[in-house]
Amino acid sequence: MVVKGTVFKYGDNVDTDVIIPARYLNIADAKELSTHAMEDIDAEFVKKVQPGDIIVATRNFGCGSSREHAPLVLRENQVSCVIATSFARIFYRNAINIGLPILECEEAANAIEAGDTVSIDFDTGVISNETKGESYQAAAFPPFIQNIIKAGGLLKSLRERGE
Amino acid sequence: MGMTMTQKILAHHAGVESVTAGQLIEANVDLTLANDITGPVAIREMEKAGFDHVFDQQKIALVMDHFAPNKDIKSAQQCLECREFSKKHGIVNFFDVGEMGIEHALLPEKGLTAPGELIIGADSHTCTYGALGAFSTGVGSTDLAAGMATGKAWFKVPSAIQFVLKGRKAPWISGKDVILHIIGKIGVDGALYQSMEFTGEGVQSLSMDDRFTICNMAIEAGAKNGIFPVDQTTRNYIEGRVDRKVIEFTADEDAEYTRVIEVDLSALRPTVACPHLPENTKTTDELDRIEIQQCVIGSCTNGRIEDMRIAADILRGKHVAEGVRTIVIPATQAVYLQCIEEGLAKVFIQAGAIVSTPTCGPCLGGHMGVLAQGERSVSTTNRNFVGRMGHITSEIYLASPAVAAASAVKGYICSPEDL
Repeated sequence: MVVKGTVFKYGDNVDTDVIIPARYLNIADAKELSTHAMEDIDAEFVKKVQPGDIIVATRNFGCGSSREHAPLVLRENQVSCVIATSFARIFYRNAINIGLPILECEEAANAIEAGDTVSIDFDTGVISNETKGESYQAAAFPPFIQNIIKAGGLLKSLRERGE
Repeated sequence: MGMTMTQKILAHHAGVESVTAGQLIEANVDLTLANDITGPVAIREMEKAGFDHVFDQQKIALVMDHFAPNKDIKSAQQCLECREFSKKHGIVNFFDVGEMGIEHALLPEKGLTAPGELIIGADSHTCTYGALGAFSTGVGSTDLAAGMATGKAWFKVPSAIQFVLKGRKAPWISGKDVILHIIGKIGVDGALYQSMEFTGEGVQSLSMDDRFTICNMAIEAGAKNGIFPVDQTTRNYIEGRVDRKVIEFTADEDAEYTRVIEVDLSALRPTVACPHLPENTKTTDELDRIEIQQCVIGSCTNGRIEDMRIAADILRGKHVAEGVRTIVIPATQAVYLQCIEEGLAKVFIQAGAIVSTPTCGPCLGGHMGVLAQGERSVSTTNRNFVGRMGHITSEIYLASPAVAAASAVKGYICSPEDL
């Protein structure tokens, strides 16, 4: 599968409190919740984001709270992938479990700039920066995680196994 | 090759002889936890996936602590959803207003967490129970839904950093200063995907409450878990609380650590984390005059009885500075009652503070102490991210109960020695 979009670029330690502030966590509806995505770090995000757009950040993306609402609001805004140097571990699990594609790639995270047009081939892990004419190689997921993604999330993969 | 304490607990729960760092395993869980924020998401995911029963009614805890007592109608609906789920499935450990406390203070107090156990919780501070020599870690709602339905969870076996604690801490120094010092040293991703194993002769001088505070904030260094060895302090704590058989795991002599970091407890000074990351630490000696408008003493990090006693020792016979709204939140009903019985509640109220029923409230900017534009709070909580306690221009300085209480009296951030 290949996705393509415009890049929103952020720095180190983008925490789940800025991805979706706790003051909105009394909202159960994912659509309504998603109108507050990234609000405390980038008030323009929800106004500008288009289906397929890509978030690129550097170290420790998604640190802090375990709230699954964080990857959820990005998925609801139809972000096609988050690329970062590294992810906080709970965010990493949550993204995979709910089917938000994420890739760890330091080279891409450093080189890609805001507004670049980037396409990603999930089968090969190749990230192509069409604006700069560069490409970067992300690490592949281990087979166990690939199975979760292929099944469409953790719970569906468990059902498939007959748990 | 030898295993770390964490690896041994994981191997035991996966039913295998041994595990190595990086290995993917599936393990049985002894307890799953969710709260009024993460619970509803997990419940819906579980039902959506077609799971119609829970794996064990005794081994699921649901604690209404974040926006409870219900702060508004939407929060009330979320608690209602958890309440109805608990009724429907016969969940034994459902804690509602009247019984509830802040989850990570409540569960150990109720004996629901014990040495050697494996606990997952849909709350990042679930790592707190490592203080008891358990493996516990935060997960999201979908992982939690899977855990509630199947009693299992998948893990990548972590490598570990060993922290060798030496010496004894000085008066007014507590577990909070220890963990803030460590996070300042290694950074907010310094232990990413790893275990933080606390060892050394310094461990014995740390109380159970100190250890809870230290493990609670392991996540603020990116860690998967924090863990202490089991000793007499642990055994004394669980006596009368835990009546099931527990296993005391110990790290192998030849366990491998990616780093070994020595911490001299006797050299620690009162430490705070400045905005907007827990790694921005300074000792109170290094700070300029930082004036505050609010002081919060409580949370899953520092709302236990020892924290209350320390704060009361400082506030006794004094009054908080004009313009410093001081909010004391004992973490559980038992701690609250103890505050009343020991006369601490009276000390707080006479000092001009308020004493609240247990709630996570202000820690995540929910209610009971939200900050306005440009306001600043000293807080014994665990995160000082942008907008965490309210307006995005507000600021949080994380500190120990001793520093927080002293700062409330002075009106600016200071050490208890400055009083």
